[in-house]
Amino acid sequence: MKKVYPNAAEALDGLLSDDMFIAAGGFGLCGIPELLLDAIKDSGVKNLTFASNNAGVDDFGIGILLQTKQVRKMISSYVGENAEFMRQYLSGELELEFNPQGTLAERMRAGGAGIPGFFTKTGVGTVIADGKLEKQFPTGADGAMEDYIMEEGIFADLAIVKAWKADETGNLVFRKTARNFNAPAATCGKICIAEVEEIVPTGSLDPDSIHLPGIYVNRIVQGTHEKRIEQRTVRQKEV
Amino acid sequence: MAWDRNQMAARAAQELQDGWYVNLGIGIPTLVSNFIPEGVEVTLQSENGMLGMGPFPYEGEEDPDLINAGKQTITELPQTAYFDSAQSFAMIRGGKIAMAILGAMEVAENGDLANWMIPGKLVKGMGGAMDLVAGVGRVVVVMDHANKHGVSKVLKDCTLPLTGKGVVDRIITNLGVLDVVEGGLKIVELADGVSDEEFRAATEATLVD
Repeated sequence: MKKVYPNAAEALDGLLSDDMFIAAGGFGLCGIPELLLDAIKDSGVKNLTFASNNAGVDDFGIGILLQTKQVRKMISSYVGENAEFMRQYLSGELELEFNPQGTLAERMRAGGAGIPGFFTKTGVGTVIADGKLEKQFPTGADGAMEDYIMEEGIFADLAIVKAWKADETGNLVFRKTARNFNAPAATCGKICIAEVEEIVPTGSLDPDSIHLPGIYVNRIVQGTHEKRIEQRTVRQKEV
Repeated sequence: MAWDRNQMAARAAQELQDGWYVNLGIGIPTLVSNFIPEGVEVTLQSENGMLGMGPFPYEGEEDPDLINAGKQTITELPQTAYFDSAQSFAMIRGGKIAMAILGAMEVAENGDLANWMIPGKLVKGMGGAMDLVAGVGRVVVVMDHANKHGVSKVLKDCTLPLTGKGVVDRIITNLGVLDVVEGGLKIVELADGVSDEEFRAATEATLVD
């Protein structure tokens, strides 16, 4: 089975439809599937729901799909860097579901692992707990009961992720903190497309050093990434 | 007289113990890494997927694939390990991180913490703050004692939506240090030149001995 596609548009061919639910990797602008987001924009598909930790900035990442009003709902933990996002949210055009960051990551992991719900302490006693099933477990000191809330696994129609390298069978290697949500997001889609900086011949990756096995990856596309830096911080060399 | 930002960060650094894995929030907590005491080795966690966070890179050596949770470019150290977001929060929720040092908008005398949203204003999101306060061993808040209108941020009850309920262990402000104890807050230490009387007058929360 051939997984390698010549470009992002062809990698998405036949997979997009209005109202679909997409899980996307990335943290801020780090490790985002920028080529696939561009191609989704060009496809004109609309009413999308995205599970993604952030919403990009106005002209990069998921932000470009907000400009074109292709997004109906975001499931995110932090959306602070995006003025157009705020405008659409405050005017009621865009729905927003805040998830604590670890809850969002675990919802993706759980969905990919076939676990429809799990209990977590995160958000107990806050607005995040509203309407959620609560249960106590004896996890405290000396078996004391503690409160937990149930969160649901994410089962997305499509997962789009960015990795550093792939082999032709879809085994993925990420680089530094660009791994972030890409690994859990990849697992929770019915179909997963990975865009990478380099596709290497099968057999050239060390099998012990593969971060995500190719079983999770259906399609692969190689391309050139802008990899924009959001906050450039440096120190001076001591003389 | 009171502590400035750096003095607050230096005081917070005294909370660190050798061998700990620690998560530092954005703002004054980030400055804590400049004051880690001699002989104390701590490993900094960045919740976007890294243990062993190094300093900012030299100009020209920034790597877009290497950022901290504040999206700033950083560097790695010899002991650095990378992992995905699910594993990052597994170690947070699983209690493997000994301490988080965080900023706050309000803290209440029962340990309630509010630091993520102001209703009616632009809402950015909680990021990883709710997971951190629910999961780490010890939560230390570093913040100004009063807001810019001079109103105490150390309260009987939080007025803002909570980040966590009963989660704060210790509060370090520009005026001193407080512990959350049975029945209220206990003064641990006063900042240089701050009198007991001034401290009490600036604090809304119940103070117990």
